[in-house]
Amino acid sequence: MKVLVAVKRVVDYNVKIRVKADGSGVDTTNVKFTMNPFDESAVEEAVRLKEAGKASEIVVVSMGPQQAQDTIRTGLAMGADRGILVASDAELQPLAVAKLLKALVDKEQPSLVLVGKQAIDDDSNQTGQMVAALLGWPQGTFASKLVIDGGKADVTREIDGGLETVSLSLPAVVTVDLRLNEPRYASLPNIMKAKKKPIETVSPSDLGIDVAPRLVTLKVEEPARRQAGVKVASVAELVGKLKTEAKVI
Amino acid sequence: MSVLVIAEHDNVALKSATLNTITAAAKLGGDIHVLVAGHNARPVAEAAAKVQGVAKVLLADDAIYAHPLAEPLSLLAVAVGRSYGAILAPATTTGKNVLPRVAALLDVAQISDICAVVSPDTFVRPIYAGNALATVQSKDPIKVVTVRGTGFDAAPAEGGSATIETVGAADNPAVSTFVGQQISKSERPELTSARIIVSGGRGMGSEENFKLIEAVADKLGAAVGATRAAVDAGFVPNDLQIGQTGKIVAPELYVAVAISGAIQHLAGMKDSKIIVAINKDEEAPIFQVADYGLVADLFQALPELAQELSK
Repeated sequence: MKVLVAVKRVVDYNVKIRVKADGSGVDTTNVKFTMNPFDESAVEEAVRLKEAGKASEIVVVSMGPQQAQDTIRTGLAMGADRGILVASDAELQPLAVAKLLKALVDKEQPSLVLVGKQAIDDDSNQTGQMVAALLGWPQGTFASKLVIDGGKADVTREIDGGLETVSLSLPAVVTVDLRLNEPRYASLPNIMKAKKKPIETVSPSDLGIDVAPRLVTLKVEEPARRQAGVKVASVAELVGKLKTEAKVI
Repeated sequence: MSVLVIAEHDNVALKSATLNTITAAAKLGGDIHVLVAGHNARPVAEAAAKVQGVAKVLLADDAIYAHPLAEPLSLLAVAVGRSYGAILAPATTTGKNVLPRVAALLDVAQISDICAVVSPDTFVRPIYAGNALATVQSKDPIKVVTVRGTGFDAAPAEGGSATIETVGAADNPAVSTFVGQQISKSERPELTSARIIVSGGRGMGSEENFKLIEAVADKLGAAVGATRAAVDAGFVPNDLQIGQTGKIVAPELYVAVAISGAIQHLAGMKDSKIIVAINKDEEAPIFQVADYGLVADLFQALPELAQELSK
């Protein structure tokens, strides 16, 4: 079984982002980029499937500027076999990414596509579901457990009320939550080995996909900032303030 | 232009998130129709018909909709929704699961998790864990939108008198089946609609210690919440997680206990009206957003708080 994992290069989750003064977007110059944490869990799951003898090959895909190669290398160092970079300096919105992924799936014919449930930059939570729709495949979103057996994927999903399990016929798309696994750190020998693994570069036009954005960002601004309030000295004072000042209890 | 709202329900009752979504739909203008897809779900359709502002309820009642599986539900939403100017659903795990599929099948973008409507084609949505707000305009003929409940008041559940029309089921792709679910049972209010929430972080230390939080919550009639770290550590189940990729809440009072205040958690609760932080680390970032801060050990403060509230 071939597994395709899509990974996104995002501003590291520890970075306190700054909105550009002209309101055109978020300042991403000189900030640290890493692999989207949810995608890291997707790669980890693919590698575990390979280690368990369920997956034969792992292809890791990323899209964006040339630097997205680094994100692919991270996946290769974790244990993926080869990479594909869809190189584009244009803004790629989730629908465009889903179409590009579909084109790659048509070419590569994997039985399973793994992606993070959400990218921590645009917080869209769309790509996995969209690519599943375009392929006509079933989807298991927000997965905290995945069992592959006999042409089926049983996915335990984190839902608002608790947990839900669905059974999907393969091929399928699974979007993963962080609780699915704990991603490994790549060892130095594996990082060295990853440098020799092949990465193919294609462009959206090679794949015949129109990636023109459907949404126009008119402005980006900072949300209203909360002011720090007061420190209270005791529980009794706290309860008093909540009763008489804030009047919420 | 009419707006189609996809109802969230459990075949028995309409979930309150649908009411917030109906308020967002009203800001788009035009008739509001509500699609209820379920099994033996007529009571839900009847409830939806009573919501103020709803013109028509479309009921698709079929065994294939007994559980909201994305594959059959998205085909139905596309078949019904194609003639609408906008399709809206709550940004709950159900809406987030189904709606991107609908958007892709219609070849339109989805606008996720909107917190304001600027005009019928322009919306405000948080990005980067709510550290920035983007105003985006859709150029697509159909706007497919998920709605953040805390951004909109609930539409009144009574006062409307919409007609109920039945619609036939769409195809069932039969590629997915529902196996089972573990739904957390609690006497406490639901997190996303609770007036007061008492929440614990990794600093709580154990599942056992969360009982201290529960005791305070019960005195206040509050819901219990948690950070991702507390859920990851196994102290509480996943449905209590508040934050960037968990639940988004905005109660009247949010009591954060042993929560440092990572941006990923703040993303889920910083629109609360009053925030109380109880933490033994006076440098904890949570104090920068708290209206009332108490530097104290939780093992002393929580029992004392429960006692003080009994007075």
